[in-house]
This record gives sequence, structure tokens and C-alpha cells, in this order.
Amino acid sequence: MPAAVSSLDLVEPVLAGKPRAIARLISRVEAGEAECRPALEQIYRRTGGAHVVGVTGVAGSGKSTLLDQLVLEARKSERKIAVIAVDPSSPFSGGSILGDRIRMNELSLDPGVFIRSMATRGAMGGLARATHEAVDLLDAGGFDLILIETVGVGQDEIDIVRAAHTIVVISAPGLGDDIQTIKAGVMEIADIHVVSKCDRPDANKTLKELKSMLTLGFALRGESAWQIPVLATSSAKREGIGELLAAIDRHRRTLDDSGEMEGRRRVIARTRMLKTAENILHDRFEKQHDGKVSSLIERVVTRELNPHTAATELIAALKSEP
Amino acid sequence: MTVPSNVIRVLIAKVGLDGHDRGVKIVARCLRDAGMDVIYTGLHRTPEEVVAAAVQEDVDILGISILSGAHMTVFPKVIDLLKQHEAEDILLVGGGVMPDEDVGALKEIGVAEVLLQDTPPQAIVDAVRRLVEARGPR
Repeated sequence: MPAAVSSLDLVEPVLAGKPRAIARLISRVEAGEAECRPALEQIYRRTGGAHVVGVTGVAGSGKSTLLDQLVLEARKSERKIAVIAVDPSSPFSGGSILGDRIRMNELSLDPGVFIRSMATRGAMGGLARATHEAVDLLDAGGFDLILIETVGVGQDEIDIVRAAHTIVVISAPGLGDDIQTIKAGVMEIADIHVVSKCDRPDANKTLKELKSMLTLGFALRGESAWQIPVLATSSAKREGIGELLAAIDRHRRTLDDSGEMEGRRRVIARTRMLKTAENILHDRFEKQHDGKVSSLIERVVTRELNPHTAATELIAALKSEP
Repeated sequence: MTVPSNVIRVLIAKVGLDGHDRGVKIVARCLRDAGMDVIYTGLHRTPEEVVAAAVQEDVDILGISILSGAHMTVFPKVIDLLKQHEAEDILLVGGGVMPDEDVGALKEIGVAEVLLQDTPPQAIVDAVRRLVEARGPR
């Protein structure tokens, strides 16, 4: 058995786009291994070339099947494409069943395509904990288009907004009435709306409701550089896929031309930094302050301290550390 | 919740003309309940597809279930492909229905473990953990 390769030795093959090295480093990041941080530092400097597209929608709306066809379509232009497919971890065992690949088997043998399934492992916003780093590795590895498929979302899992440049929201026909379309949350984050399964008879109603919801938005917000399209697709009939790819590419050009890409990059940078700081603090509380945490919990339970004061004490203890 | 580290990743695959997947779904479920990430690639895959997926997914274990009798053709092919991908640290586990005399032959060519049809769920979980531990970090 070969000895464990150091992460720094994997940087070169990652930059050369070697699937084995990219896959290995994604696992190490997922496992939270400190050993890979210097390698990630080098990788990060080589990112920024890829167009990162988030695809989100309720469970069963057809995200994986649509992505399979979208990748086939985009491969016609020789672009290298990566898919990160996120599925939930069990809140009980921590394990997961990652089944998105079942719908993407056609793509496995194409050397220009890389697919990675990731489990959420306790993250709540629809993405896996190490999604950002996985995107970095694929970006640095020369993938031009990186598609992130979120878990099947409900109404409020919108972390994808702060991870991708372009957001595609997929709605399937027959789920709820027109009020669903004006609710806050997932429906608001779309740069592109897709109604999937348009071979079904009730698809027209969903298309109509989405379009009228957007008209309300235009009336309130006025003109902007990007008009959110509502596209009809049918994976069963292989329809609307070319139009979706064209809209994704058009959105990228609009972001670049309007200067909004810079803004989105800034939002992503900010979120990643703050989120990481939060995680570091969280881990320090969990690992180094077990005793302190439990004694404070006692005092909160007995109503001696309120949770806010206890939290302040916890942070004060952190500051007094060397 | 703390970040779980070193979650074991397993890819479960059905290869060839074998449409029976109730068994692998049960295996997938019990590995999930043991806290592992389980990637299932569905029915009728080729050895090439399965190995490419195992590399991209960077799994610890590649489990292939065969109930069709094609194991002596499929497993040597998979071993060969793993070598081509320089991915011999991915441990190959066979499952399903096969004659006892073939089990020895499969282990000889590099199949890490063979779990036949009457293996209890906990024994499968234990075997996976034991194999990954014996392999060590990579």
C-alpha cells in the first residue's frame, strides 16, 4: 500500500486537473484535516477562472436529471465541467445516501467531467460544509463551469446565494398555488427560473404563476440589467436544455459587463471569511472549553445567568487565553 | 454539532445485466445507519463507469454486488481498472451470490473481502470498518 501523500505534493496534480488528486484533497478538507491548509492556501491563489452556478429546488424537482442533460449540452463546446451534488446527512447516525450520480452515469466516462457527491454533515443551509473548498479545488484544476446542486430545499435554505455567481431555481409543476411564488426565501434568489417536467399538463399553470410573480417584482423594483427568465424544460423529452445553458452563459456576461460580478465575489469572500471564523470559534468552544461550557449551561438552567451573559463570559474566557 | 472527521465513504454498485437491487439498498441503508457516506450509482453499470466514479468520489470502499454469476469476469476487470487509475488504495469488496470456491480465487486476485448473501448487516458494517482501519490513513 502506498504511503500517505502530503497535501502539498497534491497541489501540482490538482492544478493539472488530475481527478485523483482533486478527489483526495476534497476528502481531506471534508475531514477537517489541518495538514491540508497550506496546500489550500496555494490552491486559492489560482482560483477565480470558473463560472460557479448553483442549482436549487425542492426534493424531486428533477435537479439531478436536468444537470445530467445540462452537462451533456455544455460539453458540446469543449468546456470542462464539474458537478458538486449535495445530499443530506442523517441527523441521527451522521451517515448519508448520496444518490445524485444515479442520474448522471452517462457522464462518468467523460474525462472533461468531474462529479463529486457531498453530504451536508450538519450544515443547515442546503450545502455541505466543505463546498467552498471543493469549488476552489475544481476551479484551480481548470474546470470552466462548476455546477453546485444543493440538497432538496424547502423554503429557506439559501446558502447557495453566497457560494455561486448564478442561481438557477427549479420548480416542478403541481406543488402549491400562486401564493407559494411570492413567499420570501428560495423563490427570491433566482437569477433564472426553470419549470421542470414541462411534458406534464399542469406545467403551464406553474409557468404562468412564476411569470406573473416576476411581473410584480418588475413593477416594484423597476428596470435592471438582468431580466429574470422563466424557462420550461423537459428532461424526459430533452427540451429546453439548450435555452437554459444559453441563459446561464448570458447571465455570466451580464454580471461581467455590469460590474456586478465583483459585487458577488465580494459577498462570497465575506461570507466565507465570517462563516469560517464562526466555525473556528465553535470548534474551540466544543474542544477546549468543555468544562467551561457545561458549568455555564448549569448556571443558565438554574436561571443564575441569562444565555446572553453566559455567552459573553464564554468569549471573555477565550480572550484571556495565551 | 461538531464536524465529524474521517467519515468512511463507500460506493455501492451493481454491474452488468443484473436487475436485483433490493440487497444493495439494504446494505446501503445499514452502512448509512452506521454513520458512513454511501454513494449508490444505480443498476446496469459498466466496470469503467464504476471505477471512474469511485476515483472521483475518493471512496474508501468500492462494493460491487453481483447476483448474475458474472463475478469471475467483472472483478478481474475492476481490479485491472483500479490499477490503471493508480487507485489500489480503494478497497474492493464483493457481495452477492457466488460459489465458495470462487471466493478464494477472488481474494487471490486482490478483492479485499467477499460478503455472501447470508451475511448479517452488522457483520457488513464491521468488515468495512476493519478493512479501512487495516489500510490506515492515505
